Amino acid sequence: MAWDRNQMAERAAAELEDGMYVNLGIGIPTLVANYVGDKDITLQSENGMLGMGPFPFEGDEDPDLINAGKQTITELNRTAYFDSAQSFGMIRGGKIAAAILGAMEVDEKGDLANWMIPGKLVKGMGGAMDLVAGVGRVIVVMDHTNKHGASKLLKECTLPLTGKGVVDRIITNLGVLDVVEGGLQIVETADGVTEDELRAATEATIV
Amino acid sequence: MKKIYPDAKSALDGLLKDDMLIAAGGFGLCGIPELLIDAIVESGIKGLTIASNNCGVDGFGLGKLLDTHQIKKMMSSYVGENDEFMRQYLSGELEIEFNPQGTLAERMRAGGCGIPGFYTKTGVGTVIAEGKEHKDFNGETYIMEEGIFADLSIVKAWKADETGNLVFRKTARNFNPPAAMCGKICVVEVEEIVPTGSLDPDMIHLAGIYVHRLIQGEHEKRIEQRTVRQKETA
Repeated sequence: MAWDRNQMAERAAAELEDGMYVNLGIGIPTLVANYVGDKDITLQSENGMLGMGPFPFEGDEDPDLINAGKQTITELNRTAYFDSAQSFGMIRGGKIAAAILGAMEVDEKGDLANWMIPGKLVKGMGGAMDLVAGVGRVIVVMDHTNKHGASKLLKECTLPLTGKGVVDRIITNLGVLDVVEGGLQIVETADGVTEDELRAATEATIV
Repeated sequence: MKKIYPDAKSALDGLLKDDMLIAAGGFGLCGIPELLIDAIVESGIKGLTIASNNCGVDGFGLGKLLDTHQIKKMMSSYVGENDEFMRQYLSGELEIEFNPQGTLAERMRAGGCGIPGFYTKTGVGTVIAEGKEHKDFNGETYIMEEGIFADLSIVKAWKADETGNLVFRKTARNFNPPAAMCGKICVVEVEEIVPTGSLDPDMIHLAGIYVHRLIQGEHEKRIEQRTVRQKETA
C-alpha cells in the first residue's frame, strides 16, 4: 500500500495555510487545488495572474485567459493581472509563500532536477528555476522510485539541476521527508508503508 | 507625431534588416503579435535572433518564421510545443539560449530601463550560471544577467489610444510590456484603436512613450490547450 496521485495531492494540500499565496506546478501539483477545502489560498500563475480559478465551462473558454501550462482557465473576484516581469518580481522577491512542484530527482542536500534529460529532447526550464530560487518554501511531490524501482531520492542528483539546496520537503507515494542537515528526515510514512520499506526504497542518507 | 499605420507591412517599413535582434511579446500563443509576425515572414529577412518566451507552435505564431528558416537563434525559456523547432535545433540549423522565464522577463525590463546588468539567485549552481559573474550579497550567492537591448520590439495589446497608450487584457499581457520596453523601436498591434481621451489615464498599463508605431487588425487568437469542466446537472 502507498498513496496514489490524489492522496499525494491531498497530503501536499495539508502543507498550505490560510492566507498563503502559492504556485502549483504541472502534473500532481495541479491536483492540490482540489484539496485546499475552506482554506483561503490564492494561486499564482506565473504568466501573470494571482487568483486563478477553475477550468471554464465549455463555450466559456477565453484565449486571453490561460495558466502557465497554456490551459484555458477562469478568473475569480479577487483576481489580479500583471506582466511577466512583475510576476517573477514577486517570485524572486520572496512574496510567494510556497511552490509545489514535480521532480525527476531530488538529493539529500535539497538539490532538485526537473527540467532536462541530456540526450533527450530539451524543452526548457520555463519558470522552474526562478520559482525554486525565489519562493519561501519548495515542496516537491513525486513518485519515490522510477519505473524500474530505483530511488529518485538520491545521494546526489545525476541530471542537470534546476536549483541547488532549494528543496524543503518531499512528498512521495511512500511518505513525507524533510531536507535537514546531513540528509533527509522522515516526517511520516504513507498509509500501510513501514519506515523500513521507506528506507529500503531510498538511496539518500536518512538521518 | 503620427503613430498609426494602415497595416503591419507599412508599420514595419524601413525597420527590418537581416541579423537583427527582435523582442516579441506573448506567452505560448496568448497575446502574440500575429500580424507583425506574418509581415516579417513576408519580408523575407533572415538570420534573426528573437527574444521570446516560446517559439509558437508548428505553423502558427513564431513557428511560421521557423518554417521559412528566418530565425538563427532563440532566447527563450520553453520551446517544447514545436516539432520543427526540435528538428532544426538537433540538426544544428538553429541556436537556443535558454533563459529562466523570470530572468528573460527581467532582462527585457532591465534593458528598457537602461540597466545593462543585474544580479539574481535564479540559476545559481546550474548550467545557467556557467561562465557568468558570481557575487555574494549578505552571505548569498547571485549571478549577473545582462539587460536585453533589442533592435525592434513586436507587441500585441488589446486597446490603444491614438498616442499609443496601451491596455492589455487578462493573461495576454504577459511578456508584452517588458518586450515593448526593451526595443529601440516598438511596433504594436491592437484589436482596437480608440480616440485619445477615451481611456481612463489611471488604467493605462503601458504609456505611449514606449510605442512608436501602431496598427489595428483582426486576430485569430488560437487556443493551445482547450481545457473545460463539465456543468453539474441539477
